[in-house]
Amino acid sequence: MQKSWRRRFHLPAVIGTIPMILVAVGVFVIGIGFSVLWSFTSSKLFPTYDFVGLAQYRRLWADSRWLVSVNNIWFFGLMSITCNMVFGYLLAVFMDQRIRQEDLFRSIFLYPFAMSLIVTGLVWQWVLDPNLGLQEALRNLGWSSFSFAPLVDANTAIYALVVAGIWQGSGVTMAILLAGLRGVDEEIWKAAKVDGIPTWRTHLSIVAPMMKGAFATAFVLQCVSVVRVYDLVIAMTGGGPGIATSMPAVYVIQLITVRQNVGQGMAAATMMLLPVLVVLAFSGIVIWRRNRLGGAEA
Amino acid sequence: MAENGTSVSIQDLSLSFGAVPVLHTLNLDVAEGEFIVLLGPSGCGKSTLLNCVAGLLDISEGRIFIKGKNVTWEEPKDRGIGMVFQSYALYPQMTVEKNLSFGLRVAGIPKDEIAKRIARAAEILQIEPLLQRKPAALSGGQRQRVAIGRALVRDVDVFLFDEPLSNLDAKLRSELRVEIKLLHRKLQNTMIYVTHDQIEAMTLADRIAVMKGGVIQQLDAPQTIYNRPVNRFVAGFLGSPAMNFIEGQLEGGTPAAFKTGDVSISLDRYAFDGAVNGSGACVLGIRPEHVVFGEAANSMPFATDAAVEIVEPMGSDTLVWTKLGGRNFSFRVEAEKTLRNGDPVRIGFDPARASLFDAQSGNRM
Ligand SMILES: Nc1ncnc2c1ncn2[C@@H]1O[C@H](COP(=O)(O)OP(=O)(O)O)[C@@H](O)[C@H]1O
Ligand SMILES: [Mg+2]
Repeated sequence: MQKSWRRRFHLPAVIGTIPMILVAVGVFVIGIGFSVLWSFTSSKLFPTYDFVGLAQYRRLWADSRWLVSVNNIWFFGLMSITCNMVFGYLLAVFMDQRIRQEDLFRSIFLYPFAMSLIVTGLVWQWVLDPNLGLQEALRNLGWSSFSFAPLVDANTAIYALVVAGIWQGSGVTMAILLAGLRGVDEEIWKAAKVDGIPTWRTHLSIVAPMMKGAFATAFVLQCVSVVRVYDLVIAMTGGGPGIATSMPAVYVIQLITVRQNVGQGMAAATMMLLPVLVVLAFSGIVIWRRNRLGGAEA
Repeated sequence: MAENGTSVSIQDLSLSFGAVPVLHTLNLDVAEGEFIVLLGPSGCGKSTLLNCVAGLLDISEGRIFIKGKNVTWEEPKDRGIGMVFQSYALYPQMTVEKNLSFGLRVAGIPKDEIAKRIARAAEILQIEPLLQRKPAALSGGQRQRVAIGRALVRDVDVFLFDEPLSNLDAKLRSELRVEIKLLHRKLQNTMIYVTHDQIEAMTLADRIAVMKGGVIQQLDAPQTIYNRPVNRFVAGFLGSPAMNFIEGQLEGGTPAAFKTGDVSISLDRYAFDGAVNGSGACVLGIRPEHVVFGEAANSMPFATDAAVEIVEPMGSDTLVWTKLGGRNFSFRVEAEKTLRNGDPVRIGFDPARASLFDAQSGNRM
């Protein structure tokens, strides 16, 4: 017993990682703990310890702004994750054709991800701004009836966000999936060709299932970036027009800083934590089951 | 074989990867039901040639016929071939049964026909208990059986194997080697088999094509290749322990003789490939097992005295190293013979069993 403990926890390693552990425990666990705690209080500008039970949650779910935010994130999430996966895979397949300027293309596709969202969001905002960007440019060229200003229309602003999200995320997805694609043995492709299986079918039925790990990694990364989406919205629409493109993270920050309602903001933040926990629990179960099955097979 | 007709015919095939030529105007005719082994060192173009036959590579020049049909530009699936790969190349997410059936289902073959073919292949290869397993749960030997099964269910005339046994350990390799031979006897179809392992080539082949640098050096029955190699490369590539090569001079005359150091070997009994044209530098090759020693040596056309230098017991027999004309020379004796370092021995051989190569070109004389 003693021995196995020693073997697992090498003392210098433990000492070396103590600062990391402290930061992790301090920032994440304590921070999350207080968020949850304050979500049950009537905190206004500053946190208090006047507990009011679930009152903040009731008010939260009665707030149309929050409901719009939740709707938006579902829409944004489903659209951008689906499109990112599809585009990412198609881009990876394209890159896997041993094209000559592979490094150049990789840089281009990864560029949006490498840049800060604040910067890329601003670029998008300018391009889509009715008085600065595409619309003005084409009108100056003589097409005076041309109208393209998705960001100022409450019905289309969310689509502009989705497009920007795809632009931003499909490059990383491509990089992850390309690594997975390259890991597939060339002889598998040859065998499928001898078997007479069409290329698309080989992708769908043989290669994609072999890339489960890469897909899962890309999916988790995307989910996390969707839940956190904040800077893209701030840079492109600021949540507007009106509340049309508000998202949970934007909502939380606005409640705390503008509407000075810490309690309800914390309730919203706690709600955002739930889907993350669900994803974590789900992936934990998958890994645990795989380990168990792997052990049984071996 | 001639009565059976030609199964695969490769005519003037050339292939380059970009500017790098790999195969050079290569010709090969494979008779129906024949087991051909492409043998050569790694990188000599064996897999490339096999992939050309399979249609997995677009050839630069030449034509390929299978069963009399020009398939040069046909898709692999339409060529009537099945292929087995070194890495097995099974579809990892599918069960064995699905691995066997997937191609057939895509081709639109009726369900009961698929079931019949799978049952037959599973019986021949004895993989019935494995049908519901995934490849990850199979051993290397079982995986390769399934891979062979996938070629089998295609019901084709020509089987292509690309080093199918190279990933297996020695014991399994020899077991499966025998099974492949039995399979060939049972199915009687054409097989083209790539390997760099000379034992596999010798044991399996009806004819061996020895390749080097994208060129077929010799295409013959295993015994011919072994006993009458056309050049020094073929002579050295086949045989373990390797053939002895002794550099020396050919002295014309009747009879011609081979001279090295102070040793002269009469070539009276040697069957020259052509006329003996004068004298010149040449290399005499003699396999260790064609050398006899002791009393028996005296009855050989050539015999000489030597001293044992090193003894290498190999279990079934023993390799003894000595010197001939000042050069290292090995011969094989039964394991029971006890020879010790420094022992004087009398060795001899029949020059009729030797091979004589031109020192410059390396070609058989
Ligand atoms: N896809 C390729 N691109 C460029 N060169 C290749 C390719 N495949 C094989 N080669 C080259 O062709 C030669 C023959 O390869 P291969 O047929 O695989 O040899 P073998 O199977 O006899 O070991 C090698 O020199 C190898 O480097
Ligand atoms: Mg090879």
